[in-house]
Parts: sequence; structure tokens; C-alpha cells
Amino acid sequence: MLEVINLGCARGERKLFGGLNFSVPAGGFFEVIGPNGSGKTSLLRIICGLMSPIEGEVRFKGKNIRRLGEEYFNTMAYVAHQNGVKDELSPFENLCISAGIVGNQLSHREAATILERVGLRKQQNLPARLLSAGQRRRLGLSRLLAGKATLWIMDEPLSSLDVEGMALVGALIGAHVNGGGMAIVATHQELNLTVGLRQRIDLAR
Amino acid sequence: MTAPSTLLMLRWLIWRDLILAWRRRADVLATLFFFVIVVSLFPLGIGPETQLLRKIAPGVVWVAALLASMLSLGRMFGNDYQDGTLEQLLLTPQPVYLVALGKAFAQWLVAEVPLVIIAPVLGVQFGLSENTLGVIALSLLIGTPVLSLIGSIGAALTLGLRAANVLVALLVLPLYIPVLIFGAGAVEASVEGIGARPYLLLLGATLILSLVFAPWATSAALKISVE
Repeated sequence: MLEVINLGCARGERKLFGGLNFSVPAGGFFEVIGPNGSGKTSLLRIICGLMSPIEGEVRFKGKNIRRLGEEYFNTMAYVAHQNGVKDELSPFENLCISAGIVGNQLSHREAATILERVGLRKQQNLPARLLSAGQRRRLGLSRLLAGKATLWIMDEPLSSLDVEGMALVGALIGAHVNGGGMAIVATHQELNLTVGLRQRIDLAR
Repeated sequence: MTAPSTLLMLRWLIWRDLILAWRRRADVLATLFFFVIVVSLFPLGIGPETQLLRKIAPGVVWVAALLASMLSLGRMFGNDYQDGTLEQLLLTPQPVYLVALGKAFAQWLVAEVPLVIIAPVLGVQFGLSENTLGVIALSLLIGTPVLSLIGSIGAALTLGLRAANVLVALLVLPLYIPVLIFGAGAVEASVEGIGARPYLLLLGATLILSLVFAPWATSAALKISVE
């Protein structure tokens, strides 16, 4: 279970939000909405541990994530606005290398299956610089399937995806959450998925 | 954290950087040619005065090595920062210290090892003895990892800033001075016919010191830059 307790964040002089409280249990889906500049990305980055809050804390299984350190990074995966895709590498290499770096050695077949799932099978050996924005997004998302992370943190996963891609993201998150995982997603668009527990926070208020 | 997963991460990280360097080999070759040209300009400019050339050779080779290694620092974290892979590296279930160490090692393999190999060949232009050419290679072999390690601190600190390249030079060049003194000192001692050993030992000490502290400083700087 992930808990956010009295969390506050500032960018420069401006306070983005404060006194934020919520918790995401196993099997929970949590949506973060709000207008541009309301602090959605900052909130996600704080939950990842990339940024420090000005007040409050984030706890995972009752412990502050700052203290959990590497143990927390083992159970968490973050798909940022930038996809973390290397232009010089093919989708296949991108996937195998980024999975290898976090400690998941993928076999050739496993990697091919994942790329098939996100619809990049045909492009798997092209240099990633030839991929479209939507295809890069799919490649960024493929990392989630390679790892064993229980907590998915996603920043605008639907951006630049086509209708079929959006359905894919919905299906992936749905399967993950219904299998006992957690997902925290910042999004502008309505995500189409059926999950047991769905919560939402609007940072504009 | 277990030992195998740590080694696995380092292996993948270094392998990745080597593939990337191979796919952009023009960048690597540019650094190497810069080194070759700078070192070769001196004998051409000064003419066939063997005594003088022998005297300036140690300084010339080492200063050129420092400048050449500066050239590749901007790319060390810059590309990873721009495409978002740096954030992913900071979120790996391994200490960031190891990420910094792996990156510095990969940078050394790609940008510095070619200099170590080509330097003795360039030394021939200065009329140096075989023994001295060996000392040049050895001093660079021990000294250039220090350049990569110290350089990684500067590269991490200036990440995402405007005029990062100029700032890196201002930050890092003063820190390179001990390496320059010991490295050039070793070669000079060999030219004079005294033993280069004390200088090489001092260089080795600098290497050990920077192995311990530089990745730690780099990882702190990376965390600040990404935030």
C-alpha cells in the first residue's frame, strides 16, 4: 500500500499543492487530473523519489520511501513524459537493455512477446529514431511489461497514442491492477478500463 | 541488493554505452583526431630542434590529453538527460554511486583508451626514446581514468545548463592540475633518465582517491540536476 501524507510541493517560489492526503491499496487504480501546470508531473516525481517535497512524506508499506531507497525502486516503475528511448538503438535493444539495467534479463522470446503485445513486432529491428511519437510511447510502455514492478507510475500514458493504443494502455493497466498491482496515472484524457477500485484526485482544487 | 544484480546492471550499462558509441563513432573519432592534431602541431610549428621538442613533449602530450578528454564530457550525461534515460538510471534498484561509476568507466573506454593507444605513436615525432614512449602510455593509462572520474562530476553538475561546455571546462580543468603535474612529471623524469616510478605511484594514488570520491560526488550532482 502506498500512502501520501500531508504532501506539499513548490516549484521555485510558487506553491503547487499542499496538504495532499491519499492512499492506494494493492489492486487500486489512482488517477491524477488537473490543468497544465497544476503539479501532476511533480506529484508523480515526488512519489517516484526523484524530487523531494517541501512538506509531508510518501510511505510504501508504512515506511518512508526515502528510507526504503533501492528496495522501493525494485517494486516501482515510472514511465515519464519522455519515453527513455535511445534513438540509436532498435526497439528490441532498447527493451532488453533497459530491462537488463534494472535487473531483468529478458530472453529473446520474452522480449519478442512483449514487443508483439505493444504492437512493435514489425519494427523491432529498426533504429528507434525512425519510430513515430506513438510508437515511441508504446516502446516506453513496454518496459512496464518487462519488469516485475507492482507499482506503476505513469505520466500521460495516452499522449500521442491512436485509438487502438489507448485501448491497449487501458487493457494493460486493467490487467495489472486486477492482478493485485497498483497504478498511479496522471492524465488529461479519460482512461477506459474496468477495475475494482478507482480513485481520483483533482489538483486544481 | 545482491552482487549478481549489481554486476548485471553495470554490464548492461557499460554495454549500452559501448553500442551507442559505436553507432555514433564520428563523435569518438573527432576526439581522437583532435588529440592527434594538437600534438602534431607542435613539431610542425617548432621545426626539427630535437632538444627543444624532447623538452616540451611531456607537457604537450598531457595538455592535449586533458583538452581532448574535455571534449567528450558534454555527451557523458547530456544525451541520457535529454531522452529521459537518465531518470530511469537513477530509478534502478542499485546505488546511484554504481551508475556514476559505470558511466565514468564507459566514458573512459570510449574516449580515453584510444588516446592511450595512439599517444606513443605520436611521441615518435618528438624524438623520444622507446622507454619514454612506454612511460607516456603507462602514465596515460593510470591518469586518464582520473580525468573521466573528475570529468563526470563536472558533467553532472552542468547538466541542462546553458553554455554547459564552457562551464565544464572552468570547473574541471583546475581539478585536472594534479593529474597533469604527476603525468607530465613521469614522462619528464623518463626523458631526463631518472626513474618515473614516484610520479606513477602518485598518479595511482590520485586514481584510488578519485575512484572512491568522484562517483559519490557525481551521484549527488546527478540527483540535484534531475530534480
